[in-house]
Amino acid sequence: MNTLTAPWIILFTPLAAAAVILFAGRFSKPLSAGLAIGSAAVGAFLSWWLYFQPETPEALRFYWLDFGEVFRIPIGVTIDHLAKVMLVIVTTIATLVFTYSVGYMKSEEGYWRYFAGLSLFLFSMLGIVLADNFVMMFIFWELVGVSSYILIGHYYSKDSAADASKQAFVVNRIGDFGFMLGILLFWGATGTVLFSELRESIALFDGFPIYLTVAAVLVFCGTVGKSAQLPLHVWLPNSMEGPTPVSSLLHAATMVAAGVYMLARIFPILEATPMALEIIAWVGGLTCVAAALMATQQDDIKRILAYSTISQLGYMVLGIGVAPSSDVSMFHLFTHACFKCLLFLCAGSVIVGMHHEQNIWKMGALKNKMPVTFLAMCAGALALAGCPFTSGYYSKDMIILWAVEKAPLLGWIAVATAGLTAFYTFRLIFVVFLGKPRDEHAKHAHESPAVMTIPLVLLAIPSLFAGLMVTKGGLFFDHLPHPEHVPHFVHYVLYALFAAGVGGAFLLYRNAAKDPIVIPAFANRLYIDNVYNWIVQHIQDGGAAVLAWADRWVVDLVIVQIPSKVTWACGFVLRFLQFGNLQAYAFFFGAGVVGLLYFLLSR
Amino acid sequence: MPTLAHYLIVSGLLFSLGLAAVLLRRNILIIFMGLELMLNAANLSLVAFSRFNLLDGLPNYNAQVFVFFIITVAAAEVAVGLAIIVALFRAKQTTHIEDLASLKF
Amino acid sequence: MQLALFWIFALLTLIFAVGVVFLRNPVSSAMSLVMCFVGLAALFVTLDAFFIGVIQILVYAGAVMVLFLFIIMLLDLRTERTRTVRLSSWLGGGLVVGGFVAALSKVVAGLPALHVAKPDLAAQVNDVAEIGFTLFRNYNLPFQIIAVLLLVATVGVVVLSRKELK
Repeated sequence: MNTLTAPWIILFTPLAAAAVILFAGRFSKPLSAGLAIGSAAVGAFLSWWLYFQPETPEALRFYWLDFGEVFRIPIGVTIDHLAKVMLVIVTTIATLVFTYSVGYMKSEEGYWRYFAGLSLFLFSMLGIVLADNFVMMFIFWELVGVSSYILIGHYYSKDSAADASKQAFVVNRIGDFGFMLGILLFWGATGTVLFSELRESIALFDGFPIYLTVAAVLVFCGTVGKSAQLPLHVWLPNSMEGPTPVSSLLHAATMVAAGVYMLARIFPILEATPMALEIIAWVGGLTCVAAALMATQQDDIKRILAYSTISQLGYMVLGIGVAPSSDVSMFHLFTHACFKCLLFLCAGSVIVGMHHEQNIWKMGALKNKMPVTFLAMCAGALALAGCPFTSGYYSKDMIILWAVEKAPLLGWIAVATAGLTAFYTFRLIFVVFLGKPRDEHAKHAHESPAVMTIPLVLLAIPSLFAGLMVTKGGLFFDHLPHPEHVPHFVHYVLYALFAAGVGGAFLLYRNAAKDPIVIPAFANRLYIDNVYNWIVQHIQDGGAAVLAWADRWVVDLVIVQIPSKVTWACGFVLRFLQFGNLQAYAFFFGAGVVGLLYFLLSR
Repeated sequence: MPTLAHYLIVSGLLFSLGLAAVLLRRNILIIFMGLELMLNAANLSLVAFSRFNLLDGLPNYNAQVFVFFIITVAAAEVAVGLAIIVALFRAKQTTHIEDLASLKF
Repeated sequence: MQLALFWIFALLTLIFAVGVVFLRNPVSSAMSLVMCFVGLAALFVTLDAFFIGVIQILVYAGAVMVLFLFIIMLLDLRTERTRTVRLSSWLGGGLVVGGFVAALSKVVAGLPALHVAKPDLAAQVNDVAEIGFTLFRNYNLPFQIIAVLLLVATVGVVVLSRKELK
């Protein structure tokens, strides 16, 4: 094995596992789980091994569709530093989540289906990470969409889960359509879809900045869909209908990170168009604050985390827009993957302990009954809130500082959002773990089994210390750019906001029996879902009614019915000429021939 | 010496007899034989033309190849036609044309 | 001499063709068709078309007619019962046939170029070789296609003659 074959093994092991589980998994639960975990662990091991290998100069590549010079679709892997880091994150998180799933899904139906879906999902995600060209990335991008559809709709007999999976798929498709158009624009201008060649031919766009901007923004649409940015964020909270480990894997650590990863992958191209970067920064900034506001008023433990995910993704996208290197966003992606995965897994542990109750206002005082979960969740919450010296503190603050330096208005929005983040995160912690039990289940909650708590502990370590390891120890990102001209008081503002957020949450929610603050606009997600419903109900249904009318009266009647009736009527008249005697037909035929002969001869 | 006209007259009469068989006889097998007669009449005139219009001092063999093809197609046609007649006979127990007049309104 | 042979074979052909049309028993019709084809083959030979004459005997008088007789016997067809002879049918048929013959004789009589004697051949005919050359050089593709046609016909016949036609 060498650095050229290892990526292929990493990529295809999960697919093989998915195929075997699909056929043999239904007969044996340990087989399904073992295969899935094994494939992820092989991937994780090889990824770490690969990470410590020197850079491979040449990517391995073959042509999948080859129409000569005009059009070639390659399938190939690229193993640069970015891909290596992402591989390590994805496979490691996946291994932990797969292991945790064994405990979480113990008594659920569709065990083999679940693990096959997870493996397929891992395969798709790894394809995105390894892709060296737009088309391959797009194929795996769609595969991620399909596998997330399967996983979100795991409880497909439940209407809400089925609807959520459909919504996730359709909303992603909307973004993907833009992505596809963007790919076509890039291909049309440069004749290549390879990232490396695109980077080299960026000079072709020198005279056409608008074209480049439009293409870049269209590609960014893919991120808007996959990474749940405004205005296509609606699917992510609803997709919490899936099993909690799925939420953890898909919607915190990997799938939604694909959008940010894609932006990082094409960052050298984006750099050439400041206008597109500005649009990206604004979308990210607005998403980040809007999702944080919505998160403050949610009651479902997973939905709070879902909105915080959207908010953090907004930070990452903002980071792409303002920072001079994609490493800043990738750093936050890495730390976020750790602590958000941890938070979701803790939430899953709480949910299992509460017998599948998800409303935080029915929990309370779980601190003593679930100590491991409590401590792990505190670690995740501190990191998410940006407590000094935890991982989130380093990565998020770097994005915020860059935003303050490059776009002050956006920067201060991001600063304010940091305070909100601390507030809603600790609102969740205080309501769930402090106070009094508000429900029978809360009184009899119990700690989860070791197969679930061990991943929690393993994830808590990087959640707390990954920031230090990166900034002081040089792990993964050794050349992080630091903003130079940010006034020093911004740091103190951030400390103060963190303290204010945590303190405010403590005062308000320590012993609250129900939510003391009621802001319907936030609880109703700023009415964006209602707007979409209205659009679907009135505009789309109206359009559908017009089309139905056209189908019924234009297509069915004018194009189909009338010609068919006319033909039938002609046939009816001509039917009277048929009398069934073969020889009579022959007679008329012969008479016609003879008549024609005489006509021709006498002319 | 017979002239081209002789052959054409014979061919024409043969064709007429085939036509007469098709028009007058009621047995579908005999009608089928009439069709064969007409095909052969056409073959006769083709061969006659080939012999009377020489190409480099030899008969025009393109016409004879044409006849060869006609014979081949006719053989295939006979096989399929007779199979259809057999199937028809199985269904209706008759080969009489007036009993096979269901193709009417 | 040639003219005499021509008349002998032409009359043979035509008389047996009349037999095909007017004999009542299908077997007699088929037998006279055989004789008609034999006469026709002889006419081909008088035209120096030996290969076609032989093929005519082999394919028609041999294979095709055997098939006809086989089917007649398989279906066990008796002599046609005298049904009511419809005058209109005979009248119509006679009219068409007569009209056709009249038109034909008019054409033949009106073209003097048809009334020339047979031109002499430049060399002894080796028509099997000549037809072979023409067939494989100029008509190779049609030759292949006709082979496929025969295959299709074979398959079709097999399908048609199965007991249960669905």
